[in-house]
Amino acid sequence: MLKTRPIGLHGWSSLAKGLTWLLLSVMAWVTLTLSSAWAQALVPVPPLTARVMDQTGTLAPGDVAALEQQLKAFEQQRGTQIVVLVLPSTAPEDIADFTQRLGDAWKIGRREVGDGVLLVVALNDRRLRIAPAKSLEGAVPDLAAQRIIDQVITPAFRRGDVAGGLREGLTHLQARIEGEALPLPAAGGQGAKTPGAAEVDWLNLAVLLLVALPVVAGVLRRVLGQRLGALASGGAVGVLAWSMTGLLWLGGVAAMLGLMSALFLQALPSAAVRRSQGRGRGGDFPGWGGGGSGHSGGWGGSGGGGFSSGGGGDFGGGGASGSW
Amino acid sequence: MNCIAMRVSAWMATAALALSLTGCGYNDFQRLDEQTSSAWSEVLNQYQRRADLVPNIVATVKGEANFEQETLTKVIEARAKATSFQITPEVLTNPQALQQFQAMQGQLSSALSRLMVVSEQYPNLKANQGFADLRVQLEGTENRITVARNRYIAAVKDYNILARSFPSNLTAMVLGYAPKANFTVANEAAISAPPKVDFGK
Repeated sequence: MLKTRPIGLHGWSSLAKGLTWLLLSVMAWVTLTLSSAWAQALVPVPPLTARVMDQTGTLAPGDVAALEQQLKAFEQQRGTQIVVLVLPSTAPEDIADFTQRLGDAWKIGRREVGDGVLLVVALNDRRLRIAPAKSLEGAVPDLAAQRIIDQVITPAFRRGDVAGGLREGLTHLQARIEGEALPLPAAGGQGAKTPGAAEVDWLNLAVLLLVALPVVAGVLRRVLGQRLGALASGGAVGVLAWSMTGLLWLGGVAAMLGLMSALFLQALPSAAVRRSQGRGRGGDFPGWGGGGSGHSGGWGGSGGGGFSSGGGGDFGGGGASGSW
Repeated sequence: MNCIAMRVSAWMATAALALSLTGCGYNDFQRLDEQTSSAWSEVLNQYQRRADLVPNIVATVKGEANFEQETLTKVIEARAKATSFQITPEVLTNPQALQQFQAMQGQLSSALSRLMVVSEQYPNLKANQGFADLRVQLEGTENRITVARNRYIAAVKDYNILARSFPSNLTAMVLGYAPKANFTVANEAAISAPPKVDFGK
């Protein structure tokens, strides 16, 4: 008993020490995470779901629908995407920085024209901002944005007529954009390429197919045998091509080509049999063919109920802010 | 058999050479280098836009009788310094030169913001529509400068990550691609010092 007691005491005190230490570290951790959370509690960028988004519930549903219709009609007619966001506050950021983040995240505006405009209202801050994308900085220069804010929108806001201010402000904005010779939606929309196809690194692909393939095929054939080697090299080329370009269909095509040429390189009399096996494997690929076109970024002006960003707007910090 | 092995190894060598050109990040270096230089051009572009605004602002403010002369001369001097700074391609690889460039633009920034604060004390100036317009343009330009600088910082970050990480750092070493200089906060010391609050006066 006497002998075990000191050990027990020692054990207890070290346990207590350990517990204290643990408690302290947990407290420190909590303080740290909380303070860092306080320090960087920027308002998150909301998902882009509609042309008019009201997070405050200030606008009546009818008003939201009317504004949405106004913007939708304009987009169908002229192609320019305008998005209105009403939120309680942008604190701790300035509304200009917040709007910039929205623009960088949403990239509204047609892909090949980049014509998007953001109208952000922070109701509790009593601040608002009009931010045109770079391609509309000529149509809506900072001064014009400021005039629309000062002379059209804020007087209505001061009267408490948020919907009316927005409607009038948007009408003025649209009038200015109509004066700009932008391509119309029908002409602009059809020239759109799939984004993935434009980014294919054809040089790398050619190097891969011309140089690497015979080597890979040779090695794999030696290691795995004739039949498996050809299949494996075709597959490997396909996967490589896919990972390099990000296009599934291209990977599929490359796999087929790889398989074919691996088989041809063998120059065996039974090559035809294996090619037919290759076709059997190729049957997996047609399903991938849609992968390439599936990438084509949803183009907002295509009508229908859904709205998505054209992905072309580049916001360079232009526009103006105002308060009421 | 030996002959086949030799042929295979020759093919392997060719493939390795060809792939190493793309695999070592050479193309990435070219792409990111171009990206940083275009981002840098945008920064210069926006600073130039601001420098072009200053004469108009100065002219408008001069129209105001007995405007604080010291503030005005500071703006004029800062603009003269900023526009006379020789921007060579070496500025991007030389941190000191970039810092100098930044310091000059920073002086112009603070002189201009001081001017705008002082102008609040002149009711005639505040009521002047032309001056109000210039204010809006200046504010828009400052916003654009911020965006352009942020994009430059991001572009340089991408480039430097490539230049420093393995294995592309070997390419950078062989071809002599040094990491690029980036913007820092102009008045770091002033910001990190706690503000002095003195209610005694």
